[in-house]
Amino acid sequence: MSSDRIVGIDLGTTNSLVAFMQGESPVVIPGEDGSNLVPSVVALDQNNQPVIGNAARNSLISTPDRAVYSIKRLMGRGIDDIQEELKYFPFRLAEDLQAGEVLRIKLGDKTYTPPEISALILRQLKRNAERFFGEPVAKAVITVPAYFNDAQRQATKDAGRIAGLEVLRLVNEPTAASLAYGLDKKQNGIVAVYDLGGGTFDISILKLHDGIFEVIATNGDTHLGGDDIDNLLITIALDDIQGDLGLDLRRNAEAVQAIRKSVIEAKIALSSQPSAKLDVELPGGKRYLREITREQFEQLIQPIIDRTIGPCKQALKDAGLKPEQIDEAVLVGGSTRIPKVRALVKELFHREPHTGLNPDEVVALGAAVQANILGGGSEATENMLLLDVTPLSLGIEVAGGVTDKIILRNSTIPASATQHYTTQVDGQANVAIHVLQGERELAKDCRSLARFDLKGIPPMAAGMARIEVKFLIDANGILNVSAREQRSGKEAEIQVQPSYGLTDDQVESMILDSFDSAEEDFRQRQVIEARNEAETILAALEKGKKSPAWGHLTTDEKKKIARMEKSLVAVKSDEDYPAIRKAIDELNQGTTRLAELMMDSAVSVALKGKTMDEADMGEGPTAPHPMAKAEFE
Amino acid sequence: MRALHFCEACGKVQPPTPVDYFTFFGLPRKLNLDVAALDKDFYELSRKLHPDLNARAGSQEQEWSLQQSSLLNDAHRTLKDPIKRTEYLLKLEGVELEEQSKAATEQARSTGQAKKQIVPPDLLEEVFELNMQLEELRGLKKMGEDDPALIEEIGRQKLELEEKQDALLRELHGHWKMWDAMIQREQNGQPVSDEERKQACKRMIDVLNRRNYIRNLVRDVSEVLEN
Repeated sequence: MSSDRIVGIDLGTTNSLVAFMQGESPVVIPGEDGSNLVPSVVALDQNNQPVIGNAARNSLISTPDRAVYSIKRLMGRGIDDIQEELKYFPFRLAEDLQAGEVLRIKLGDKTYTPPEISALILRQLKRNAERFFGEPVAKAVITVPAYFNDAQRQATKDAGRIAGLEVLRLVNEPTAASLAYGLDKKQNGIVAVYDLGGGTFDISILKLHDGIFEVIATNGDTHLGGDDIDNLLITIALDDIQGDLGLDLRRNAEAVQAIRKSVIEAKIALSSQPSAKLDVELPGGKRYLREITREQFEQLIQPIIDRTIGPCKQALKDAGLKPEQIDEAVLVGGSTRIPKVRALVKELFHREPHTGLNPDEVVALGAAVQANILGGGSEATENMLLLDVTPLSLGIEVAGGVTDKIILRNSTIPASATQHYTTQVDGQANVAIHVLQGERELAKDCRSLARFDLKGIPPMAAGMARIEVKFLIDANGILNVSAREQRSGKEAEIQVQPSYGLTDDQVESMILDSFDSAEEDFRQRQVIEARNEAETILAALEKGKKSPAWGHLTTDEKKKIARMEKSLVAVKSDEDYPAIRKAIDELNQGTTRLAELMMDSAVSVALKGKTMDEADMGEGPTAPHPMAKAEFE
Repeated sequence: MRALHFCEACGKVQPPTPVDYFTFFGLPRKLNLDVAALDKDFYELSRKLHPDLNARAGSQEQEWSLQQSSLLNDAHRTLKDPIKRTEYLLKLEGVELEEQSKAATEQARSTGQAKKQIVPPDLLEEVFELNMQLEELRGLKKMGEDDPALIEEIGRQKLELEEKQDALLRELHGHWKMWDAMIQREQNGQPVSDEERKQACKRMIDVLNRRNYIRNLVRDVSEVLEN
């Protein structure tokens, strides 16, 4: 198979997944533990080695100062943006953080930036994929909330790079979900995708026609999700405990995490049961027991889910559509399992929402479809094309602290705008530009995207220079800037000071650290897996020698097999992967006829009296040789 | 489909040429436009030029595909909307809207004040009165108070302004017809004088300036009413 595999990755607030296009349909690649979801939890074990996913979840309660969850909430953000988050999430920040710089959080004694933490999750997914395919994976499509701004997108790309992945495209989550939906349904129409995840909310309205997935309008809230519901319940529990037992456990990290675990279990149970229990063991041997009914739960969370109404109405308005004109409302994200949320969607869009797709997996599946399209497409995707939009208006700060919008929100991307600047002073060599994202009139109310310094303007009288600056939002929704002084034709050098982001150099240095160990890990794993394969084939050969089929081989064939067996035994304890591989392949080849003979007799024995379903014919990419699979006693 | 954007023979994306939006779509500089045909063209060209479908091409081609498809999207977005289309054409003809004129921009930069639009003289009284009413309502709302009669009056004026906007659009359509006829004459080989061209542009720019002023005013009213 091609070593140019491109996988689709959903890097979620709560869970992450990796998927690929298998024939006509996308499928999720499971982890070693067999589960499709990798919790977006990272912890450091006692040796300061990173632990990711399910294995890290227990650390949240046992060693909370060495574990972190919901890191997506910190991506592309600065200290001023996350004050709300700091109230409810146990993020331990480095002490010397300044406004405008990238965040750093502490895990044990070490500090990490959010892209580095995300990179660890991505690396885990990369490994899962490599284990599944038995070959390296270096390219991916990664999804982001549609409402993510430029800094948040750049941080996601940086995370991919740090993890050793070439991120071919960032795809908006609702758009990805629509791909999975559209591949499934193959119908034209207008679709509203309501995506309520762990930390972010997106609403996108798309027109599907003849394989084109065209986003008409998108809106959302990047500070809204299931986490907020959890935090509300945790606060109530903490208040309860303080009131009833006189214990203030707010500062007790272990207790808070234990409460959180219980709250999440209760929340999930309430989607299918009329009531649930919060049951937590507290420090000092006490126990917190509280029953919560679905009615109480729904009343509590109403203000939170009501926050999704504004963005939905705005998106419909921007699209110039009424709810009746929507053909289908698609639900995405774990939080859409809550019955009250479904009821709200039904009310907003005047129809029963579509629940046929797994809300946890649909985004990753869609990313896999996009990965397939980027890789050249296949029969299933040959007519498909995504036309997405930028969610936020792009503006320049002009005199008076006002934003001059140059690219409006919901413009199809790639999109560009050109502006002309000149110099105020004789011989002025650079011009400063402040770029913003957002809908407000004043620059201070918008999101600072970056400050650009155009340098190297040839010396001229004031007002003579004519600098053409081109702002281009690419297919990832990320801004690219180029500038040219038109009189001289000189390309101006642009220095970008990203707000809340990493510079290229910083990312580079992070890659090397990660890459070295990843490369080494991969080689180690390859050797281990080859050794396992060697053991399997040698064991099967032993069985083969005892089978009647052995007697059918010529003396020459038996001698040849014996020689290859000896070679493999000799080389398998070495670290030399190519040598082990060669020996395995040779032995495989040498025993092909034996395998066929055994297969014939085994199959006829096995199928006597069994149906096709009952007979285990074996499958899976890790043990391709028939001799290794057949286990008929 | 057009050698302009990609090679007819091998389908590879070509380097973008700096053309105006009308030329990009192979259209004459006429203001009446078949939007359905434009959309169809847009989708067909998207299938050829979009970066997603050129992801395996060399880096030079990928760069061209990025430039071409942003040009395609910008052109489509501009030509599809009747007002943007008109403003764009006028810009090509060297005429700029008040809002966007360099003079206004430079003045704003030097004085540090936001750009101001000139009030159409026949609206002066109305605008003055309306602005006073908006100020009054803003003040009331700040104190958490209400005045249903005032709100109704403002709402009524807003409707009147919206009707004026529609009337101006119809007027603009009339000017479009004249412009298109002029262009058609030019295409048929009959010369069109600079003076005629300038006059035609002036008529349209006047209508647009008035309409934009009213549009901004309606927007301000809506903002106060809704908040």
